[in-house]
Amino acid sequence: MRYLPLTEVDRREMLGVIGAKSIDELFRDVPASAVLGGKIAGLPDHQGELEVERAFQAYAAKNLSPGSVPFFIGGGAYRHHVPATVDYMIQRGEFLTSYTPYQPEITQGTLQYLFEFQTQITLLTGMEVANASMYDGSTGTSEAVLMANRVTRRHKALISGGLHPQYRSIIETTAKWEGFKAAVTAVDAGGLEDLIAQVDKETSCVVVQNPSFFGHVRDFTKLAEACHAAGALLIVVVTEVVSLGLLKPPGEMGADIVVCEGQSIGNGLGFGGPYVGLFATRDKYMRQMPGRLVGETVDADGKRGFVLTLSTREQHIRREKATSNICTNAGLCALAFTVHLTLLGEAGFRRLAEINHAKASELADRVSAIPGVKLLNDSFFNEFTVRLPKPAAPVVEALAAKRILGGLPVSRLLPDDPSVENLLLLAATETATEEGMGPLVAALKEVL
Amino acid sequence: MVQSLDRSQGREGGSAGGVAAGPTDTHGTFTGNRALQIEEPLIFEMGQPGRCGVDLPEPPKVKDRFNGLRRSGEVGLPGLSEPQVVQHYTRLSQKNYAIDMGVYPLGSCTMKHNPRINEKVARLPGIGDLHPLQPVSTVQGALELIDRLAHWLKTLTGMPAVAMSPAAGAHGEMCGMMAIAAALEAKGERAQRRIVLAPESAHGTNPATAAALGFTVKPIPANDRGRVDLAALKAALGPDVAAIMLTNPNTCGLFESEIVEISKAVHAVGAYFYCDGANFNAIVGRVRPGDLGVDCMHINLHKTFSTPHGGGGPGAGPVVLSAALAPYAPYPWIVKQGDKWTVAEDGGALKSLGVEGTPLGRLKAFHGQMGMFTRALAYIMSHGADGLKQVAEDAVLSANYVMAALGDTMSPAFEGPCMHEALFDDRFLKGTGVSTLDFAKAMIDEGYHPMTMYFPLVVHGAMLIEPTESVAKEDLDQFIGALRSLTARAKTGTAAEAFKAAPLYSPRRRLDETLAARKPILRWKPSNNPPDDPMKQAAE
Amino acid sequence: MAVVKYSEEHEWIRVEGDTGTIGITQYAQEQLGDVVFVDVPAAGRKVAKGESVAVVESVKAASDIYSPVSGEVVEANAALAESPGDVNLEPMGKGWFFKLTIADKSELDELMDEAGYATFLKSLG
Repeated sequence: MRYLPLTEVDRREMLGVIGAKSIDELFRDVPASAVLGGKIAGLPDHQGELEVERAFQAYAAKNLSPGSVPFFIGGGAYRHHVPATVDYMIQRGEFLTSYTPYQPEITQGTLQYLFEFQTQITLLTGMEVANASMYDGSTGTSEAVLMANRVTRRHKALISGGLHPQYRSIIETTAKWEGFKAAVTAVDAGGLEDLIAQVDKETSCVVVQNPSFFGHVRDFTKLAEACHAAGALLIVVVTEVVSLGLLKPPGEMGADIVVCEGQSIGNGLGFGGPYVGLFATRDKYMRQMPGRLVGETVDADGKRGFVLTLSTREQHIRREKATSNICTNAGLCALAFTVHLTLLGEAGFRRLAEINHAKASELADRVSAIPGVKLLNDSFFNEFTVRLPKPAAPVVEALAAKRILGGLPVSRLLPDDPSVENLLLLAATETATEEGMGPLVAALKEVL
Repeated sequence: MVQSLDRSQGREGGSAGGVAAGPTDTHGTFTGNRALQIEEPLIFEMGQPGRCGVDLPEPPKVKDRFNGLRRSGEVGLPGLSEPQVVQHYTRLSQKNYAIDMGVYPLGSCTMKHNPRINEKVARLPGIGDLHPLQPVSTVQGALELIDRLAHWLKTLTGMPAVAMSPAAGAHGEMCGMMAIAAALEAKGERAQRRIVLAPESAHGTNPATAAALGFTVKPIPANDRGRVDLAALKAALGPDVAAIMLTNPNTCGLFESEIVEISKAVHAVGAYFYCDGANFNAIVGRVRPGDLGVDCMHINLHKTFSTPHGGGGPGAGPVVLSAALAPYAPYPWIVKQGDKWTVAEDGGALKSLGVEGTPLGRLKAFHGQMGMFTRALAYIMSHGADGLKQVAEDAVLSANYVMAALGDTMSPAFEGPCMHEALFDDRFLKGTGVSTLDFAKAMIDEGYHPMTMYFPLVVHGAMLIEPTESVAKEDLDQFIGALRSLTARAKTGTAAEAFKAAPLYSPRRRLDETLAARKPILRWKPSNNPPDDPMKQAAE
Repeated sequence: MAVVKYSEEHEWIRVEGDTGTIGITQYAQEQLGDVVFVDVPAAGRKVAKGESVAVVESVKAASDIYSPVSGEVVEANAALAESPGDVNLEPMGKGWFFKLTIADKSELDELMDEAGYATFLKSLG
C-alpha cells in the first residue's frame, strides 16, 4: 500500500519494543461483541492511482461540465475565471497540509495571509473588523443572526423575501432548534419590499441580501436607520462578492454585520463546496463575533508577527458559553480568495466588476427582447430575473437537452410558491462569450 | 470565579509577554533576511497604483443599472504584479510547518499524509467545475459519487444512514444533536429531556453544541483508568437525559472498554448516544461504531480520510445515523429512482419520490462539501477495505511504539495499550522548571511541530502525541530520539532558561499574545507601521 | 471603617455604608495570568447573589464573576476597558470591577473574613 511506510519487519520490531505478541493485543479494550473476524465485508480492496483516476473520470463523464457549454447559472454560486497562480499557490504543501495555526512561531505564513484576508474583507464591505472566514455564506448568515441575538438579547429575526431561499431555510432550521423566532416575509421577486414597518422592539435583526436573490440592487440606508432606532441590527448578505467592486458597500449603508459568500473570488464552483464565508462587523461587536481572529503582535525579539487572538470567545475555552461551536474555518478557500484578490488589486477588481455588469447588461437586453419574456429588474449587477410565458423548469431542462446551461428556474428553490413558477434567474460573468449568448438566445426563442 | 480554560494547543497560564529574552538573534544582515527565510511585508505595504496581476479586456461602456448605488471611493486594494504575488505567497509558505515536511504529531487532529491524486481528481472538469444548481439530469455522476462515498461511510460504520451536508465536525455535531432533538420532539419528550451528559475530557465543541440547542450540559467524571466512570454515568441517567456525547476512542487516546454497557444504559433510559467520531482513524476498518450502540457519529473527513487541513479548513463532517434518527436527516436527500439520481430539497420532493422522512431542516446551501467528498472517496478507494484496516492498525501500532519508547523517561498518563495517540502528563518535568509549553517550543527547534498540549484537561500539563500511520519507522525513531534528548536536558535541572527561550530557529520566536489580546489589531491600517522594518529604515 | 469580605469564588467585596465594591483577589489574578479584558455590568442592573455578572479574560482563560451579594449596580470600573492590566497590578485597588448598593446586608454574613479566606486558600493547597 503506497501510503503506508511501515514494513512487516518494522511492525514486528515495533511490537517487540511494545512487548505485544500481535496487533490484536493492542485492540484488547474493544468489546468482544464488536470485534470483526476479518476486514469489513462488502467493500473492495485497495487500488492503484491509475485505477482510481479512471473511476473518477467515469463519474465526470456522466456530468455536463460548465466549461464545455454555454453557461448562465448563478443563484448564490458563480462561474468566474480563476488565475492559474491561485490554484498553484493553494496546492503548495506548506499551505495545503498545515493545520490551524496553533503554534504561531511556525505558522506565520497562514497567520499573515489571514491577517491580510481580514483586512481585504473590511475594505470590500466597508466594515471595521472581519474574521478569518466561516464555512460559507449560507452558514455564516445563520451565525450572524445568532450573533445579533446575543448582542441585542432579543430573539426575533426578520428575514427579507429577497434572501437566497436556502439561506433562509438554514436560518429557519437554526431558529427551530436553537429557540428563536424567524419572521419570514413574502418572496420579493420584484425588489420592492419595504421592511421598515415590520421592525419592532422585539426584532434582533433584519436580514437582507444585496444584490437580492432576484438580482435587485437596493439601498438599505433607511432600513439601517430604522433598525438602529429600534435597537436592532442590520445584517446584509452578499452572495456575489464581485459586485462589491462597483456597488456601494454595505458598511456605507449602515450595516452592522455583513456576510458574503466569497466563492466568486478564487474558488471554483465545485458543485457547491467547499466555499468561503466572509464575516465582518463593527469594532464594538468584535467580542461577539464567531470564528477565528488573527491579530498583530510582536515576538520575543520585538519583530512583528501574528497570532490567533480573542480566543476566549471560542468553544475550546468557553465550551457551553462559546459564541459559536465552530472550530474549523475555510482556511484554504480563504487563501484562494486572498491570492486572487491580490492578483486583481484595485484596478483589476473594479474592471472585473465592470466586465460582469456589461456582460449581464447585454444578456438582459437580448433575452428581454425575446417576445413574451419580461425583465423584472430595473437594477442588477451580473444576475437578473425574467418572467417567461411558461414554467421555467421545463424550459431549463429543454435547454440542457441542447447542451445549454441556461439559468436557474426559481421554482427549483421555491417549489411551493406558484408565483415564481415562470421565473428564470440568469447570470453572466466575465466568462460569458458571444459563442454562449448567441446559442442561448436562439435556443430560448425555439423553446418558448 | 469559575474558569473556562483554553483546551486547545498549548497555551498555558503564562503569557508570551513574560517570555525570557534568551540569547537574542542579532539579525546582522542588511535585509533582515536569513538565507531562505525572507522577511515579508504585508501586501498593503507593497502595492503601487498602476500595477495589476491580471490582464482583463477593456469592458464595453454601458450605462450602469445600479439604482444609483455605485461605489463612490476606492476599495483600497493594493496593486501587485503576478511575479510579486507569487513571491509573496511563496515566502509566506516558507514560514509554515506542514505534513509535507515531517512529523506533525498533533493529537486529536490526525495529521496524516494528504495524497495528491485526491487533489487531481477533485479538479477534473465535470467534477470540480459543476454548478450546484445545474439541472439534476446534468450531474448524475456527481450524485452517484456522493452516494458512493455515503455507501462506504455507512458500511465502515455499520450504520444505516448518513447526512452528507455538514461542513465540518462541529457542524456535524450540530446536525446529530438536532436529529436527536427532532426524534425527542416526535416522541413528545423534548421538553422533558433537557440534559446532555459529556465527559470532562470532551472536545469543547460538544458542550458548545449542546448548549446552543438549549440543553444543559452535565459533566461525567473519568475513572482512574481514563475512561468514563460507569457508575457515575448510571447515577446521572434518568428521564431528564436527552443524550450522552462521547468520543471513542476518547480524548485520552483510550478505547472506552465499557462502551457497550454505556450505550445499553443510555438507551435503557430512553436517551441517545452521540459519538464524536474525531478519533475514528484508530478503528476504521476494524471496528464498526454501529456495533457499539451508537445513534449518530460525525466523521471528520479531514482527519480519518485525509482531506487536507489547509491551515484550518475546509473540513467536512458527514454524520452517520441509526435507524431511529435516520428519518430526521437534513435536506438534501440524494435518492435513486430506477437508474436516475434525484435530489430531494424539500418535503414535497420527498413525498413525490415516495420516500418516508421528516427532515430536521437544512444546514447548508447546496449539497455539502463536494470537493472534500471527492478527495475522501479517492483516499478510500486507494486504500480499500484491506488498506483502511491496515491504516487503523499502523496508527495504533505507531502510537503504542511511541508510548513504549518514551515510557521510561516521560510519564504516560495512563496504562496502555493506547489507541492511535499516546497521552503523557508533565510529572516527568516536575522540579525541572520546564513546563509542557516550554518542552513543546523546544521541539520546534528540533524541526517538529509540537504535539497537542494542555488537552485533555483531565491530565495535568497534557501532551497528546498522534503520529498517524504515515510516518516511517526511521522517522519515528528520530522523533523519539529528539524527545528523549529534550527530556534528558530538561531533567538536568539547569536547562529551564534555555527551554523558556525556545524556539530560537523558527521564523518568529514566542509571540506576545497578551499584547495581541489587550490591544487587538485585526486589520492593517495605513497607520500601523511595522515596529521594526529594516528596509524602511535603510530607505530613510 | 470599611469591611472586606471574600467568597469561595475568589471575589472580594469592600463594604462602605450600603455600597459594596467588588473585584477579584490576588490569588485569582495569579491563577488567571495577564488579564486582557474585563466585561463589567452596566449601572442600573439588578443582580442576585450568585448571579454571573462579569467576565474576566486572560489570553488562555475566561472566568465568570458571580456577585457575592444581591443589589443594584451603581458604577462599573470604566478604566478597565483601557487598562485591564490593573486587575493584575492592583486587584484590590484600581483593579476593582463594579460597585453596587447592597440589597440585603445579612448576605454578607455568609462570606469569609480575611483570616477565613486565608485559611480557605491554604486548604486549596
